[in-house]
Formats: sequence, structure tokens, C-alpha cells
Amino acid sequence: MITETPEKVLPQPSVLTEPYWEACRQGDLTMQRCEGCMAYQFYPRTICSHCGGQGLAWSKVSGRGRIKSFTIVRRGISRAYEAPYVLVLIDLEEGPCMMSSLVECDPDSVVVGALVCVAFQSWSSDIEMPVFKLV
Amino acid sequence: MLDKSLRGKVAIVGVADTEVGVLPGRTPMEMGVEAALAAIADAGLEKGDIDGLVTCNAMAQPMMYHAEATAEYLQIFPRYCIAAGAGGGTTFSIIHHAASAIATGMADVVVVAMADAMRSGLTRDQAMMVQASTGHPEFEQPYGPTVPAYYALIAQAHMAEFGTTQEQFAAIAVACRAHAARNPAAQMRDLISVEDVLESRMIADPLHLLDCSLVSDGGAAIVLTSAERAADMKHAPIYLLGAGEGHSHEHISAARNLTTSAAKEAGQRVFEMSGMRPADMDFAQLYDCFTPTVLVELEDLGFCEKGEGGAFVESGALMPGGSLPVNTHGGLLSHSHPGNPGSMFALTESVFQLRGDAGARQVVGSKNALVHAQGGIMSSHTALVLGTEAS
Repeated sequence: MITETPEKVLPQPSVLTEPYWEACRQGDLTMQRCEGCMAYQFYPRTICSHCGGQGLAWSKVSGRGRIKSFTIVRRGISRAYEAPYVLVLIDLEEGPCMMSSLVECDPDSVVVGALVCVAFQSWSSDIEMPVFKLV
Repeated sequence: MLDKSLRGKVAIVGVADTEVGVLPGRTPMEMGVEAALAAIADAGLEKGDIDGLVTCNAMAQPMMYHAEATAEYLQIFPRYCIAAGAGGGTTFSIIHHAASAIATGMADVVVVAMADAMRSGLTRDQAMMVQASTGHPEFEQPYGPTVPAYYALIAQAHMAEFGTTQEQFAAIAVACRAHAARNPAAQMRDLISVEDVLESRMIADPLHLLDCSLVSDGGAAIVLTSAERAADMKHAPIYLLGAGEGHSHEHISAARNLTTSAAKEAGQRVFEMSGMRPADMDFAQLYDCFTPTVLVELEDLGFCEKGEGGAFVESGALMPGGSLPVNTHGGLLSHSHPGNPGSMFALTESVFQLRGDAGARQVVGSKNALVHAQGGIMSSHTALVLGTEAS
């Protein structure tokens, strides 16, 4: 049975994903990139989901993108998430899509297609969480 | 090719729903067993006739061996026994698996029984958390997505791309409620207007409270057997004429497209197998966990063109007496939504309708229907065509 916790859901890095979180600690957003077909992918995997290649390297991305879609969550998932907050899907310049939070914005001014850039929030001693701001 | 097809080979011969709504103190197992026995009786059979059992694990009473525990509770000893799990898509997905088992001789009479107690067996926060766990634990869940929020992302994208409005989404909730008002078994039966939906509390923009499905307790069951054996049963058989699935992603951030779902492939496949077209359907039961899903499904299943779902809904087509009555029992929005078993009621309702036993909500003269459900976040889709004639 799942019990509610008053803390946010913290990412639990694995051996595979630790480089992503280490880069976040350095203030960089990174994605896996295939050394064979040069495609970026997100979330991290052991194989390239485009060509099946296994040569994947972590590559810093621009952190810029557009809002693919968004919603203003008026009833939070738990007490740890103070509503209202803006949940976004971001299409990054390099291609991958990621879920994130849009911070420091007037929720009612958010529109699909708006340009955004990455920022980082300290969530714990280990986790710098990538979030986005309007540009 | 044709001789391999399941078309017309298997029929639903028994159906039953439990009471639905707020049913404190009733466990999912008890409700599932009640529904199973009632469906077996509806078919005019005895439990000893059952040699196949399909169940679905319950969120409020999870078990390692759910189908086996149900068989033990019933004291039946099947040769085909499995608990299926494909979220909201479980019901219709498992119907064609069970039909294949019958067609290939792995079972003769299969009971599909599902029940859960999302309303009374879990706290409100537990129900929210267990459903939101569909999100990626490392790259989605930390951002606090709720289930309505996932679907709001689809709604917002559809609005941006096609100019769909909140009023159009609301019209779907209004239509489902209009059907539910004619169904004494439905959990919510008071008529609502578009204004009522828009004035209800915003949950995750653009979804208001009345754009969101219910949280319910309840269960339902059906009995499936071969067309040959179905011919001399208590009720006229309702045949499985087509089945089609489509799968595109699990996590919404990995969706191929937010506004076109794999219901498109499911629809193409079900119509190809049934040899029918959307226009041949007398009614449809479309998965309505939130109003925007119905709008996208109408487009993807071919009932209207992509981007025209809003206008189609506004025409009143989905209403009682409309050109395509949708969710004639009231759907997840107004009949009940006990979690994964939710679409069982769309299935039993379709059988009631096709038998001509749907009372005040009867779609007069209906002969063919499409039922659709999806699991995940518009991730996995299954559509079936049911009909009163095997060929």
C-alpha cells in the first residue's frame, strides 16, 4: 500500500542515470547522444532507441526549448507540492521532449509554443532539479 | 486469413453488474465474486460449467495471484486462469485474448470478472498516488503530475492545435450525464449543463471537476463462449465481430503525438476485422476518464475528421437520440469508475443495449456497437465491435 509522504518525490539515480544528475549538480542539462546516428534521446536507456546502437555518450544540450503543452495543477499531488503549479512538456531544441515544472511565471500567462530555458532548483543535498523559465 | 479471424466465433452469453458508487465495507473480491456468479446465472449456467477465468488485480486489495485466489474463493478449477493488467484498457484487451482461448480450444466457457473499491478501499490521497504512479518515477513523478494533469496536457495541446474549447469538452460530460439520468444504476443522475461544468472547480486547466470521471466502488462480469454453444443459451448471443489494439507509449513525455493517439490504429484494425465502418455503429462506448479523451477518440476512431471533434460533440451527436449515442450507461464520467474494471460496465451496457434490454435508455433497434478503452495516458488502446448477428 502506498502511503503519503510529506516530501516531494525525489529522483533515485541509478548507475545509468547518475551522469545526468551529476551534470545537473554542475548546472548543465545533458542528454544521451548516439555516437552512431547522432540522435539525442530522453529518458536515458542502455540502447539508442533510434538505431539500436550501444555507443551512447552524455552531451550537454542548450537548455532551450518550447512549451509543447502545459497545465496549471490546482489540486496538488500531495501536501509537498503547493498548488497552483505549472506542469509542462518541453520540446528541447535538440529534439527530445521532457516533463518539467515552469517556475517564476504568472500561470495564467502561459501558452503553448512559448520559449523557455532551463534553470535548477536545489531539492536535496544530492538533487538539483532541472526546471524551466519563460525567456 | 479469414478462417483465422475471430470474427463471429465467440459470443457474450451472460452479463452482470454489482451495485456501483460508494459501497463501504465491500471488498473487491466479494464484489468480483458476486458479479461472476450473477453473470453465470444470467447465462443460465452453473459455476461447474466454467473452465476459464480472467480477473484483474484490485488496487484496493492487491494480490500476488488474483485470478487463482478468485477461483479458489468460488471453488472452481479452471484450465485457463489469468489476472490481466493493462490499466483502463484491460477489459477490452482481455476479451479478445479470452476469445482466442475459446477459438483455439484452450477453454470452453470463460468468465471475465473485475471489481475494485477505489472509493472506499483507499483514502483519497492513496487513490491519487496509486494512479499517478503511471508516471516515470525518475523523470516525471518528481514534478508532481496528477492524473488529471496528464490528461490536461493532451487537452491543452488539442486546444492549441485545433481551437477546441472548454465548452466542447464540457458538452461530453453533459451528454454522459444525460444518458446516466436514464439509467437507475448510475452513480450520478442529476442533469448538468455546459455552464455547470465550466463553473465547477478547476482541477488542472482546462479540466474542471465535472470534466473528470468518478471514483467508485463496484464490479461486473461477463461470460464468453463459442458461437456454436451460444446458439442455445438463455439470451440471444452478442457476437464479437472485431478487435483491434494500438500502442504508442507509456509515459506522456514519450508520446509520439499528443493529439493523435494509437486509437487510430486500434480503430483501423477493428473495422478491418469486422468489415464495418464507423457509420455502421448504432452507438459507441468510448473511454471517458476525462472529457478530452472522448473527443480525441471520436477523431482517431474515424467518427469525425481530426480536429473536428469539438464541432462533432457540439452537434449533440453523443446525446440520447443523437446520431452516435456515446456512453449510454453514463460512462466513467457519470455511471461509475472503480479503476481498472471501469470499462466492464461499458461492455455489460453494450450487451444490455444489443439485447434490447436497456429500458428507458434503449437505443432502439441497435444491432452493432463499438466499444473502446485505453490505458496509461492515452497509451494503449483496444476497440471491439459487437453485434447481434455473427455474419
